[in-house]
Amino acid sequence: MLEMLNKILIQNGLVTAFACVGIAMWLAGVVSRKLTFGHVHGSAIAIMIGLGLAYFGGTVTGGTKGLADFPLLAGIGLMGGAMFRDFAIVATAFEVQASEARKAGMIGVLSLLLGTVIPFVIGAAIARAFGYTDAVSMTTIGAGAVTYIVGPITGAAIGASSDVMALSIATGLIKAIIVMVGTPFAARFMGLKTPRSAMIFGGLAGTVSGVSAGLAATDRRLVPYGALVATFHTGIGCLLGPSVLFLATRALVG
Amino acid sequence: MIIYGTALLAFCHLMGLFLGDLLGALIGVKSNVGGVGIAMLMLIFLKIYLHKKGLMPKETEAGVGFWGAMYIPVVVAMAANQNVVAALKGGPVALLSAFAAAAACACVIAALSRSGRDDTAFAPEHHLEFTEEEDI
Repeated sequence: MLEMLNKILIQNGLVTAFACVGIAMWLAGVVSRKLTFGHVHGSAIAIMIGLGLAYFGGTVTGGTKGLADFPLLAGIGLMGGAMFRDFAIVATAFEVQASEARKAGMIGVLSLLLGTVIPFVIGAAIARAFGYTDAVSMTTIGAGAVTYIVGPITGAAIGASSDVMALSIATGLIKAIIVMVGTPFAARFMGLKTPRSAMIFGGLAGTVSGVSAGLAATDRRLVPYGALVATFHTGIGCLLGPSVLFLATRALVG
Repeated sequence: MIIYGTALLAFCHLMGLFLGDLLGALIGVKSNVGGVGIAMLMLIFLKIYLHKKGLMPKETEAGVGFWGAMYIPVVVAMAANQNVVAALKGGPVALLSAFAAAAACACVIAALSRSGRDDTAFAPEHHLEFTEEEDI
């Protein structure tokens, strides 16, 4: 019986992965509502569960691919692999309304650029200070400080090692959590009270989940303005990370 | 048909990655340069073009929308694939760069939102009330 089930789960790896990720996200939603009272976004908790399970998988199997090293969960490797990841990320571009984006104006564009370059420079500099002195690792960790999507996309494009990629995701994830939890407390300091300030916030704070959760916890009316700009964040980061920012980093550190 | 949307997405994805590889070869980088970003820009412009031509019915949009909605689950699966054990050896790097980046951005937001003229305002309250579902 158990062997039969095992065989089916292994033969249908991708479908097994859909089911497992669904369960993980449902659990994350419950934790988000019941334990954090919605203060920490469900998706952030789901990603933390994923990273936690990857840690568990890495410790148990001694492999480098986290949960995907269990034969039963190899489908997670396909679902979270480069093909599906890039496909889903390209699809999110569809949510960008060009007409609304034009209304966001120059300040939105400026804050988007600053929101990409500032975290990148800080992340890359700290990475270098901690001994990641090669251009590929510095760029990947710097890109991770932009968002947890830009980090691995950039890392994959320029050939970073898996542990640097994980570090880059961890950096982006910690930043997203800081934005989600910290925004309501820092709202007064940031002057976060008008649509314009929300758009500036969306460009600079990055990550759609961080921005939308952070703004929702501050003032529900701010959310669409911030999220509108933030949806550009990943695209611009993915465009600049492996190209301009990588080349600039390489030119600086050799 | 829903497959038209997914095929459009696939076309942009493949073309973007191809152009990214081409760009990489052109500037002498042994990697894909901005392929995903190029694909996203292509999709944005194609969507506007097809919308104007009236060639973007709801069903076609759903063929892209589904994959956009799958983005967080895919990222969760991606997180579960990472070499976290190795990453934790460099723990302070992630923590410090995240905190420093967030702090610096908060300061720039504070400066930018107080600079210049801010003539934006929210729509009157009654326009917004009950139009959105409650959080949680």
